[in-house]
Amino acid sequence: MAGLELLSDQGYRIDGRKATELRKVQARMGVFAQADGSAYLEQGNTKALAVVYGPHEMRGSRSRTRHDRAVINCQYSMATFSTAERKRRPHGDRKSTEMSLHLKQTFEAAIMTQLYPRSQIDIYVKILQSDGGNYSVCVNAATLAVIDAGIPMRDYVCACTVGFVDESPLADLCYAEESGGVSSLALALLPRSGQIALLQMDARLHQDNLDSMIEAAMTACKGVSKVLDEVVRQHLQEVSVLSRE
Amino acid sequence: MLKSKTFVKKTRSGGVVKIVREHYLRDDIWCGSENCTECKQESAVLQRDACIESNLCSYPHYLIPDTNVLLQQIDVLEDPVIRNVIILQTVLQEVRHRSAPVYKRVKDMIHEKEKHFYTFTNEHHRETFIEREPGESANDCNDRAIRVAAKWYSQHLMKSQSDGDGLRVVLLTNDQGNKQKAEESSLLVYKCEEYIKSLIANPELVDRLALSNDDKNEISSSKVLFPEHLPLSKIQAGIKSGCFLQGTFRASRDNYLEATVFVQGEGEDSTEVLIQGLQNLNRAVNQDVVAVQLLPQSQWVAPSSVVLQDEGTAKDDSAEEEEEEEEKLKISAEVARKPTGKVVGIIKRNWRPFCGMLNVSQIKESTRHLFTPADRRIPRIRIETRQASALVGQRIMVAIDGWPKYSRYPNGHFVRSLGSAGDKDTEQEVLLLEHDVPHQPFSQAVLSFLPKMPWSITPEDMAKREDLRRLTVCSVDPPGCTDIDDALHCRQLDNGNLEVGVHIADVSHFIRPGNALDKEAANRGTTVYLCGKRIDMVPELLSSNLCSLRSDYILKLYFRGSWLLFHGFNFLLLPFFPSPPYVLVQASLTYAEAQMRIDDATKNDDITESLRGLNKLAKILKRQRIKKGALTLSSLEVRFHVDSETHDPIDLQTKELMETNSMVEEFMLLANISVAQKIYDEFPDCAMLRKHPAPPPSNYEILHKASKSKNVAIHTDSAKALADSLDMAKVDCFPYFNTLLRILATRCMMQAVYFCSGMDSDFHHYGLASPIYTHFTSPIRRYADIIVHRLLAVAIGADTTYPDLMDKHKQSALSNNLNYRHKMSQYAQRASVAFHTQLFFKSKGILNEEGFVLFVRKNAIIVLIPKFGLEGTGPTLKVEQHTFSIFDKVKVTISLDDSNIQHQKIRMALTHPVILGVSVPTPDVEPQAKKSKLDR
Ligand SMILES: [Zn+2]
Repeated sequence: MAGLELLSDQGYRIDGRKATELRKVQARMGVFAQADGSAYLEQGNTKALAVVYGPHEMRGSRSRTRHDRAVINCQYSMATFSTAERKRRPHGDRKSTEMSLHLKQTFEAAIMTQLYPRSQIDIYVKILQSDGGNYSVCVNAATLAVIDAGIPMRDYVCACTVGFVDESPLADLCYAEESGGVSSLALALLPRSGQIALLQMDARLHQDNLDSMIEAAMTACKGVSKVLDEVVRQHLQEVSVLSRE
Repeated sequence: MLKSKTFVKKTRSGGVVKIVREHYLRDDIWCGSENCTECKQESAVLQRDACIESNLCSYPHYLIPDTNVLLQQIDVLEDPVIRNVIILQTVLQEVRHRSAPVYKRVKDMIHEKEKHFYTFTNEHHRETFIEREPGESANDCNDRAIRVAAKWYSQHLMKSQSDGDGLRVVLLTNDQGNKQKAEESSLLVYKCEEYIKSLIANPELVDRLALSNDDKNEISSSKVLFPEHLPLSKIQAGIKSGCFLQGTFRASRDNYLEATVFVQGEGEDSTEVLIQGLQNLNRAVNQDVVAVQLLPQSQWVAPSSVVLQDEGTAKDDSAEEEEEEEEKLKISAEVARKPTGKVVGIIKRNWRPFCGMLNVSQIKESTRHLFTPADRRIPRIRIETRQASALVGQRIMVAIDGWPKYSRYPNGHFVRSLGSAGDKDTEQEVLLLEHDVPHQPFSQAVLSFLPKMPWSITPEDMAKREDLRRLTVCSVDPPGCTDIDDALHCRQLDNGNLEVGVHIADVSHFIRPGNALDKEAANRGTTVYLCGKRIDMVPELLSSNLCSLRSDYILKLYFRGSWLLFHGFNFLLLPFFPSPPYVLVQASLTYAEAQMRIDDATKNDDITESLRGLNKLAKILKRQRIKKGALTLSSLEVRFHVDSETHDPIDLQTKELMETNSMVEEFMLLANISVAQKIYDEFPDCAMLRKHPAPPPSNYEILHKASKSKNVAIHTDSAKALADSLDMAKVDCFPYFNTLLRILATRCMMQAVYFCSGMDSDFHHYGLASPIYTHFTSPIRRYADIIVHRLLAVAIGADTTYPDLMDKHKQSALSNNLNYRHKMSQYAQRASVAFHTQLFFKSKGILNEEGFVLFVRKNAIIVLIPKFGLEGTGPTLKVEQHTFSIFDKVKVTISLDDSNIQHQKIRMALTHPVILGVSVPTPDVEPQAKKSKLDR
């Protein structure tokens, strides 16, 4: 009858994490040979696949061509089997369009687009299994894919959602927490410079709490970046070993 | 950071949706024992020498109760003797699901340092996590989890002990199967009773044990008295299909065989289902949430107007007597039948510990006794105790454990004793407990947020606030009032306009949001005024000293609402709220003193002039308000003259109203309305307002009936119509008629309630005929006013917001609590007046008084004695020779009936009109009491 207790008195969340702990992140780069860059990333039970093509010449309408920088094209979709109930429309709905737009904005801030004028970079992200924090997982996966494609970026872009429960921020929400009526915030960060690429929130929150939430989100993003960095280094090692042979 | 966790998936099926959740296991969850050298805990909760002296366990030990022990034996576990208990997460979660009140009590215990209760998060511990096996029920799985955790503890303590002094864990369970399995895995396990009985320190604890299932069987005969309750699944199906209705069970105060179930329909509409007879009531207790089934229309009955109490010796489960009484009910007239039903199942019990007294069993050696709760709506409870003789004449608390279908009474257990009955302190305690009034002294944590004395305004505050010391501000209050929170001023401006200021103590300056002081005040909600005692909402330092606006020449902080009033053709109000000033109160007057100043033509000082201006304006305001249709109703408020030494009531009188009372009231209303508008304009979503819904037409029935008896028409279409027709209602040679009508009209009204503006659309205040209203003027004694102050402070830029203030759901929850506390405090107040009235009549002996019939019941009349504001049930005899009608003048003799010490009551016997076999001859009265004659 009583709803879920999101944070117990002992400081544990539903799944046993503490307030500031992230879910387990696992990732692999270069999962597809045909694409210019690709990556697969699991953050807890949320799993995403990101594929990058480009930079290449503009396709479709030429009118979008920019003479000073590359255009970034993002497409977000969710697999029909990604949620508990089968999804009817995998992409093209309002939510997906919005998410695509957010991803585009995030990567326009991170990728050094001025190096590729009059060209286009395509980023496709698909959520294979959804368990909260879809946006952040997509950003993290796409970052790896962009790195895999060898496109220069200012820094890793790392994203994380943060919720606010009982006066304390919870990092990296899972679905049960997201749907438990928590006001949550998604933040994409360039960790080294501490610049915010995107901050999105559509819940009500008192201004006094915003700072502590952003603080927590930034810490969480830095945590994610450490993991991603490790993944990239691991991948490079594997690749260099291979190429030496 | 993540390395320390292994990763397990937990699947949960609900309906058709498969939910996959992550479940992290950790190895950084510590055992919480002081004795442990392995765990890297910062502060250990469980003590090294965990000694509860017991015959069974002579060694130090920690207790692990299972879910049912926690749920059923919470009263025992709360005893200070029981310490060093490990509450497993599995157990805590289950308790949370099954009983919110017990969960809260468990949490309170965990927070209490002296209890040494430790919560062990076993389900996330790497070594104590278990997966549910195929075919295993949820209960069995939980039991196993508890055993695994207990096992882990015993091994962990064994191996990590530094000195090996044999610290053990003891599992407490009442479940036979569980116990056996635990023994098989060589755990120390006892039944809860076994263990409690073995305690040397406190043998009295045994009485507090709740009866477990097997004991209950012994007590009762095998005869099934009640129909079976349906299981929850069937109830839910029935509610869905519409066969059953879900509602709150409300037992009748006057008749133990009758109750109504209040069914909340969609939106505003709700219905009441009448339940009659023991079988149909089917063991539901007041406030339970139940499922009812409607009877066929042919079996519908009307609510009986018989007064019936469950008294006498225990009815040994033989239902004959009851049947007789039930028959009596059924005779009731064909008219006014109501939907009638029967209880088929209980959805949620709402049991709490009840105050009351023991009826000791006539059999001397018996340990089973009946307990009669003070609240008449609660059935008598059978308890088992060995200290019955000590408990006779004491007020005690008892909790219900269960109500099996073969028992006439619910079974319960003794919780604690409150003191001897009839004693003023005990009775006050009972009253406060029964009405759920928080009355413990303020905790250290709360007091720590009080400003340090001596307090004075800081220069920063001075700079922020306007200096209004030049104004002649004075307060007008009842005599003896120490928590004065409002003061007024009135002055003529240079351009001929009048400026009126209402000054309210700035309590929100001292009570900052979110701290312990604030939380305590929010929980208490209101100051409760009992006869001769005040239960403060905030500590006395604030209520009577810092925030109280007495003229002790200390600078005070204020909120100010000011109005510019233009005189001329139109009377115009222009509210404005300047930044909070600080002010010096120049005079604290009582109503009578203020009245005397106004009336005394020789006085012409500033204060008096100011008072005259206020009085003049107040009259205009009042006229306007009444023109708009505001109601003036009456209720008799009784005030006791209390002996200052013994606190016994010496005399009592009904409160008198003076012009100055209404003067202050007018400006308070004005301030409240203006502030309501202001905060609503500023915060349409989260303003705390107060509304008074218009009563449904059916509420006016008694009023119509009463007025018709004297051939007077009362119109109730609108507040204005009602107010006008009440003014018109006059009967020659019955001057008190109008007041009586107004008293009755008061009973027709709905409760005014606080609400959050974002959650409701109907703001209207019926009684005041105002489109919007709130409470602003008494922040010392009402928490709602503090919230309103904070909102206003934000609106005028004097303070900043905080999250909860802007959250409409939290505001709404808060207003629900405030409404509840207000209601309860009113009840407590009434009960206190009633108790003091009894004390008064005890000292006075027998009195003869004149009264009026207020209601006519089938076998009784309810008589109002205006002189004492006292209402009493008249002769409970069949009155056939004489027909009483409402408002008949009768003469009664009043005395205190203390044959039943728990329910002492004022007995009224009829002396006039003379009816054979009913009335009594007028007894002689001592001359000192005979100053009574109705003067109205
Ligand atoms: Zn340990």
